[in-house]
Amino acid sequence: MARMKFLCDADRCIECNACVTACKNEHEVPWGINRRRVVTINDGKPGERSISMACMHCTDAPCAAVCPVDCFYTTADAVVLHSKDLCIGCGYCFYACPFGAPQYPRVGNFGSRGKMDKCTYCAGGPEADGSQAEYVKYGANRLAEGKLPLCAEMCSTKSLLAGDGDIIAQIYRERVTKRGYGSGAWGWRTAYKETITV
Amino acid sequence: MSLMAWLRRGLVAVLALVAVVALVPAADAQQPTSVNPRASSVQEDQLLRQLQQVDGRITIPDTRAGVLIQPSGREWQVFHQGTMRTVGAIAVLGVLALLVVFYVTRGRIMIDAGPSKSKILRFNTFERFVHWLTAGAFIALALTGLNITFGKSVLLPLIGPEAFTAVSQMGKYVHNYVSFPFMLGLVFMFLVWAVHNLPNATDVAWIKAGGGLLKKGVHPPAKKFNAGQKLIFWSVILGGTALSITGVILLFPFASGLSIADMQLAQIIHGLISLVLIGIMLAHIYIGSVGMEGALDAMASGEVDLNWAKEHHSLWVKEEAGKSAAVSRPAPAE
Ligand code: HEM
Ligand code: SF4
Ligand code: SF4
Repeated sequence: MARMKFLCDADRCIECNACVTACKNEHEVPWGINRRRVVTINDGKPGERSISMACMHCTDAPCAAVCPVDCFYTTADAVVLHSKDLCIGCGYCFYACPFGAPQYPRVGNFGSRGKMDKCTYCAGGPEADGSQAEYVKYGANRLAEGKLPLCAEMCSTKSLLAGDGDIIAQIYRERVTKRGYGSGAWGWRTAYKETITV
Repeated sequence: MSLMAWLRRGLVAVLALVAVVALVPAADAQQPTSVNPRASSVQEDQLLRQLQQVDGRITIPDTRAGVLIQPSGREWQVFHQGTMRTVGAIAVLGVLALLVVFYVTRGRIMIDAGPSKSKILRFNTFERFVHWLTAGAFIALALTGLNITFGKSVLLPLIGPEAFTAVSQMGKYVHNYVSFPFMLGLVFMFLVWAVHNLPNATDVAWIKAGGGLLKKGVHPPAKKFNAGQKLIFWSVILGGTALSITGVILLFPFASGLSIADMQLAQIIHGLISLVLIGIMLAHIYIGSVGMEGALDAMASGEVDLNWAKEHHSLWVKEEAGKSAAVSRPAPAE
């Protein structure tokens, strides 16, 4: 089985937010919830870069470790998923997540955040693959159909890469070698405890 | 428009064009052509070495989304799954083990003079109400809080995920709402007992005598509260206040511009202080019930055995005797 990862090649990202829109549309994500977002570093200064970020599906995932009801599980493809039936909306996963991935439908006063929602790597949830119940809670399950996450698939500059970690690392390495520069595999060190050396 | 005006306009336009054409290469020449402007960029590893986290600009209203990477989430993970659980295990199991050792070696502390026939009022109804309000809320908060920390290791395997989620969801609401009676109890407790808990000279002697806890028949004098009780009082007041502040921060996450680092810190303080306080309270509950004959009456009926009071709070008994003597003395003739 593959070890699925995300990689945003910041030297290609043009902050068009197509990935964000694709995600929202594919999964009918409610208002106020952003499973994916684009963050611009050094905005307006020389060397500015934009990075598209969602759940990185970490190795030894912090969210899963701290969850008081243990509602996370990792699939055979190393995708980190959770059960909304078990989540109590305590918000701890957001404190632990290095990438701000967990989202909550409500603001959170008096512990009323609602069920946590986050990027599923287009892999749904614990319900039967492709079922209506799965779609309503977690969105589409593209992985079960043999497709990769939609955000990366429709990235106009092929900045956002999704797929087996070794393969996308190789693609990134070749790009950096060819063009002679690269601002780094953003988040990899923190998420996967390794980075891509060129 | 006159011909002259047309000419003047045309001339200005031509001059402007010449100026632009002349200036553009000049501006270009200032850029060193050997550098690729795309290549000089912010580097992830460089930013992470310089700063605690990587922040940027976003186009959505949720300001928290501007934090791109906060590696401290990993540190918080280590705290919550490591330090927190170790300290918790020590605070609960360690203190329980010590109490068992204490019980086995010292046994139940009995009234040396034996029970007397008379009783003396130690805590009035309001004092007892305040005590049980705070104590009841504390126990509810401690159990539901410990469920957040340890429930998945202790309760989850026993009752299964669905039932555990139901319990934890309830527990979360209990913890969130019972915090308010607890805070109210703290305020009342401070108002009724703070004066009696100011340290004084008798405390030094009490501590030197080990509170009489370790040896049978030793009873250092004490007023309404002895030094040990004062320590418990102030740890409840100070610890409870710290728990209230951090707890309210956790109740209203990210309120008034708090950052993710602030939230993590609030949880760390809340977690550690709650564990220390739970340890202290276990010892308090022990000595107030099984550990000492006659102690529970003080908070149950409010009236304690006179011999018990003479042994443990001799100075207070004298004060009370003085007061009641003053009251019962017949009124002097006019
Ligand atoms: C005084 C007011 C208090 C407030 C407002 C408060 C609030 C909170 C909140 C919001 C949480 C986060 C989990 C959740 O959402 O349920 C929490 C966790 C916790 N609280 Fe409290 N709390 C208070 C007092 C206490 C007291 C008195 C204790 C213990 C005796 C306590 C022990 C804990 C523990 C052990 C946790 C779990 C820590 C962890 O594992 O991360 N709290 N509290
Ligand atoms: S990115 Fe955040 S939510 Fe996703 S696996 Fe890592 S810690 Fe969990
Ligand atoms: S919000 Fe839900 S998923 Fe996140 S830690 Fe709490 S219970 Fe677990």
